[in-house]
This record gives sequence, structure tokens and C-alpha cells, in this order.
Amino acid sequence: MAIKTEPITINMGPQHPSTHGVFRLRVTFDGEVVVDVEPVFGYLHRGTEKLAEERTYVQIVTLTDRLDYTASMSNNLAYVRSVEKLGGIEVPERAQYLRVICAELQRIASHFVSIGFMLQELGAFGTPLMYCFRERERILDLFEMLCGARITLSYMRPGGLIQDAPEDFWPALGILMESMPEYIDDLEGLVTSNEIVLARTRDVGIISPELAVNGSVTGPMLRASGVQWDLRKANPYEVYDRLEFDVPIGYQGDTYDRYLVRVQEMRESVRIIEQCIKQIPGGAIQSEAPFFVRPPVGDVYDAIEAPKGELGFYLVSDGGISPYRCKIRAPSFINLTVLRDMLVGWKLADLVVIFGSTDVVLGEVDR
Amino acid sequence: MSFDQLYDLLDRFVPESIDWMVFTVTALILSLAVINAMVLCTALYTWFERRMLGRFQSRIGPNRWGPFGLLQPIADVIKLLVKEDVIPVVADRAVFTLAPVVLLVPALMVFIVIPFGEQSFLGKLNVGVLFILGVTGVNTLAIIMGGWASRNKYALFGAMRGAAMLISYEVPMALSLIGVIILAGSISLVDIVSSQGIFYILVQPLAFLVFMAAASAEMSRAPFDMIESESELGAGYHTEYSGIKYAIFQLAEFMAPLVTAAVATVVFLGGTKGIDPIPGQVWFLLKAFSVVFVLLWVRATWPRLRVDQIMGFAWKGLFPLSVINFFVVAVELFVLQEPDGTITNQSMMIMTGINWVVMVVSIVLIATVLGQGKLQHKLPPQPSSLANMAASEGD
Repeated sequence: MAIKTEPITINMGPQHPSTHGVFRLRVTFDGEVVVDVEPVFGYLHRGTEKLAEERTYVQIVTLTDRLDYTASMSNNLAYVRSVEKLGGIEVPERAQYLRVICAELQRIASHFVSIGFMLQELGAFGTPLMYCFRERERILDLFEMLCGARITLSYMRPGGLIQDAPEDFWPALGILMESMPEYIDDLEGLVTSNEIVLARTRDVGIISPELAVNGSVTGPMLRASGVQWDLRKANPYEVYDRLEFDVPIGYQGDTYDRYLVRVQEMRESVRIIEQCIKQIPGGAIQSEAPFFVRPPVGDVYDAIEAPKGELGFYLVSDGGISPYRCKIRAPSFINLTVLRDMLVGWKLADLVVIFGSTDVVLGEVDR
Repeated sequence: MSFDQLYDLLDRFVPESIDWMVFTVTALILSLAVINAMVLCTALYTWFERRMLGRFQSRIGPNRWGPFGLLQPIADVIKLLVKEDVIPVVADRAVFTLAPVVLLVPALMVFIVIPFGEQSFLGKLNVGVLFILGVTGVNTLAIIMGGWASRNKYALFGAMRGAAMLISYEVPMALSLIGVIILAGSISLVDIVSSQGIFYILVQPLAFLVFMAAASAEMSRAPFDMIESESELGAGYHTEYSGIKYAIFQLAEFMAPLVTAAVATVVFLGGTKGIDPIPGQVWFLLKAFSVVFVLLWVRATWPRLRVDQIMGFAWKGLFPLSVINFFVVAVELFVLQEPDGTITNQSMMIMTGINWVVMVVSIVLIATVLGQGKLQHKLPPQPSSLANMAASEGD
């Protein structure tokens, strides 16, 4: 006699340890196996895009800090680049180099957070997370030197940066970049060839290259699937065309590849920063842009390679001091389009790990 | 102090007419003493675990109240005691309330038979090992009770996982102990201790490893902590519990490593045996704490396995290993034992040699069959043709 079974539906979140904030998944399980997933967004909606219409171009920088709060620098950069393109504002070379340094430091910090939380979701009780956060702290200390803030930085302005780096920033950065490869080796020693990590992440949650491209997936998730696409190479902005670096890709787009790609990207970021330290010229860090930027009527879209993917701002100007419309292309949000394809058929324990490997930040998803 | 000594002492001061009471009073005194000592030990252990985890994770751990934060457990307990004790409306009240007790009592009952010193034990049961296996089996029931009665889907998930896992891991655990039992020729813990000329961890390393793995699954600690896997189920079977009931669950859970350490010490590490001037009780504590530390170390480093992998590990990994150990020891015993059934220390040495080889070979074998192996990729990954950065660079 067959035992009668029926699927069970669980609301994972908004209050759940593994939802990276307030994400909600309505998951239908057959026993432990996921048969259907329906994401529910909007618990952290703050109306950033609407708020931007009521603020001046400079004030919006603080709003962008709160999008992806693990990578404020990248958000700042993406936004100010759009404004500069819209208003035709020149940026001094020193500021461009400093921006690249900040963006790459932020990429390392963001990847540390992502890897740490993914391992936390694998069930490693805090240890890798704390290792990752220990190194992230050092980067945040550098940011504190630059602008006084650690998370919500607002360091960049249309036309440059708020202030030059202090004297003691450069030796501190040099020391950190010297020791960063060792930290990454430490982390890799704990994780990369760990038997349990391999068992849990290899061949799990595969995204095929076709699916990734069709789903507009960008960033490390896309590259883990083997698609070599990086805006820093494909459409070099700031000074990336003068720097040498590789774009790491994965083999098949499973959870393990996404982890590996992130680790390799951190190493590449260290390489980029070291070149920047050597090449950075002196001079001003802020061009003569007026405080109230009044771009000409028109619209512009500009995107950068943020730690999580293509972060773009679409700005429409009516000639006033605040944008007529501000649309944000948030990589975390768009990367979630393939969520259902990744999750269905895997078990509950895989669900949290795959979800963790997509590296979502809810501040960006809900905006 | 053993039961007999205390009994004699009390008997001397008590008039003949109420002699029957002496037995009860002695038992009560001793059991209260042991229960309180164990609860206190567990409280101290929570502090130890949190401090150690702090060290492993490059942070400090609780250090505010008392010297080195030693009074932190008291603060925790007081906090939990004054919390509101919520019972969900839809819960089955009786079962819901009973579950924490059902989990705690077996953990305490194990300590009845553990010989802490040469003569210090509550009851010299001649079926000690069987008693332990039987009593610890009850925790499955408690987890099912707690998870089912809560009427919470997460708790149900935890309970169902627990039922499957705990029952599976009892098999290799019992089988690994059988190797020791046939070597010692007795299932009384006191006899097992006294028969260890060479500690059984050396004679039967495979049995020790299987026992430790199975025991950490039995108490659902990392890497087998899927019953209450925090990142998946919130808190697993005790999601709905709060206040004092939650405290009792936590007490039982933190007591589990101590129980395991005590049993492992007695069965594999020679219990109270040690170098002479230091009393046996101290040796026992030292050994038990080193076992606890190893368990803690594992917990601090390893991620968690998936449900099917955990079950697979029990049946495909630990079960064959324990059978191999059991079989090898039985054959060795058949060949090496003296005509009167005893074993000399010399034959033990020979067994030790053989068993270490057997352990290495069998573990390598099982690991090659079950393990993930090396990364097969030798070539660098090939970029997909879906995107071509080089072309767009020229634009």
C-alpha cells in the first residue's frame, strides 16, 4: 500500500536566518525536496528611486549608499559616473585612480561578506564568517581613514571625491595589500578543498551559460557559468584600460564555481590596486563642478561592474537640480531571475546554500 | 564515594526501626549530588564552549560578568527563567511540556553508571553499556515529541530529520562498542575500565573513530547538526520553545557532549587509570575534557552535511567500518586469547599493530569510494562563446 503524501508549503522568511535580510520565499517541499519556489520581494522597499526625484544630484549619493550596503563605494561610483556623463563633467586623473582603488577594495570586502555568509549557510559555525569579517574590518578601517565612515561612505561626488586620501592612508594600504594574499590563502586553506564543502557545493545549483545570459545574470554568477563578461574589460571606465588583470571564469556554474570565481576575483583586485598605487599621479581630486549640478535636458545610462554584477543608473534630466527620473539596475535583483531554475529539485539544505551563493543584498533588491 | 560507603555511614547513626529509610535517603543524597554536579558542570561547559569558540573564531567570547566571564551561564539562566513561557495555542500542551524533560532525564541517567573514580559511581550495573545505549536512545522520542507537538513546519522538519538520523547512527555506535565488549569480556563499565591494560583507543582506533563520529551525530552537533541546523530551519525541533523549557532543551544539549566524553573516556581512554600520585578522578576529568575539546574543535571548523549525505555516511561509511572492526577484533581474539579466555598485554600489542593497519586501509578504502576525490579539472575553464569581450573592446 502506498503511503499518501502531500507537498508542504513553507514561508521561508522574511524572518529567517538565511535570507540575507528580509527576503521571503514561498517554498513547496515534497519531503525535503524543493518542488516550487516563489520569491516575494518588497519588505525593505524604501522608494529610493522616488526619493531621488526630490533631491539634488549630490544628495542622491547618500541614497546610493543604502542600496547595496556591503558595497557602498561601487554604488557611489556607478551613480556619480552617470551624473558626470549626463552633465559632461570631467574628473581629474588622481580622482579616477582613487576611485578604482576604492571600488576594488570594496569588491574584496563585498566578496568576503558573500563567501562568509555562504559558508555560514553551509553550517560552518561562524568560523569562516569571522575570518572573512576580520579582513573586511581592515578594509573598512581604510575607508574610515578616507572619509570617516565605514559602511555608508558617500565618498564620491560628481566631478571627483570629497577629499584626498590622508598621508597615512598609503602605507596602510600598502601593508594591507601585502598581507591580503596570505589572508585569502588562509581562507582557501579552510574551505577550498574541504571534503564537506566539496560534497555540498559541487554540481549543486548549476546555471548553464545559456540560462545565465537569457536571465540577464551578471557579475560573478555569470562568470562562474563560463561566460567571460566583465564591464571593466568590455567597456573600460575610469582607468581600467591602463591596468592589467584577468577575468576569472568557472567551469560549469555550480555553487562551488561561484565561490571560486569570487576568491580569484579578490586576488585580481589586489593586483589592480597594487598597479594603481604605482601609477597614481598627483594633482587635484575634484574638478570645478558646481554644487548644484544642472545637467542639460536628456537621459543617460551608465553601468559599472559592481561586486555583484552590472550596476547601472538610468537618469533623465529636465534641466533642473534634481533628476526627473532615476532608475537603478540592481544586479542582485536581476540575478534572482534564475532563482527558480536553480532551486527546484534540490533539497532544503541546498536551497539556503544556493541562495547564499547568489550573493543578494536586500537593500538593493527592494530599493 | 560509593553507594555502599555512604550507606554504611548513615546506617551507623540511624536507629534500627527506620533502617528501611536509609537506602532511600542514601540514594536521594547521591543522586541529588550527581545531578547538581552535572548541571553545574554543564553550565561551566557552556562558558568553556563559548570562550573556546570565540578563540577559534578570532573573537573574545563572553568576558563581562565575573572573572573571564565565568558567571555568564548564571546570567543566561536567569534571563531564560524570567522570559515568558509561551505555549502555542495549537500545540499539544501535554506532549509539548513533557518533551524537554524526556530529553534531559536520559542524559542525566547515563551518569548513574559512569565510574568517575575507582569506587565513585552511583550504581554498579553489570549491563552498563547496554544501559547507556538504551537510555540514550530515548532522545529520539523527545525530539519527535517536541517537534510534532509544536505544530510548526520547521519543527516538524527538524523532528523528522532527527528520527531518521538518530536511529541510523545508533547502529554504528552500538557496533563500535561491541568490539570493545568482546575484548573486555564484559558489558559492565567498571570491568571495561579494569580490563584496559592498554587503552582501547590504541587497541581499537577504528572503533574509537566510528564511536566519536556516531556520537556527534547522536547529539546532533556539527557536522551532523541537521536537526536544528540554524541556517536552514531556524532552530529545528525547538523553534517554538521559550523560557524555562528552552533552557532545559539547551541544558540537555550541552550535557550531551559531556555524556559522550564520559562514555568515551570510560570505554576507550581507560577511565580513571593514570599515573599514580594524581587521583583517578582527576585523570577522568582530564581525559573527558580533552574529548570535549576535540568535539568542540570539530564543531568550530566543519560545515554541515546534507540530509542524504548524512544518512549515506552512516550506512555506507560508518556501518561497514564498524563491522570491519568488529570482525577483525573477533578473529584476533579467537586466535590470540589464552586457553582460559583472557588476553595478555603482549597479545594486545599485536592486536594494536594489526588494528592500526586495518584502520588506515579501511578508511582509505571507504574514503576513495565515498569521497569527493581530487578536483578533476586540469585544464583552465573554457570561456563560453555567448559573450566576446575582445570584440566589443574595439568599439
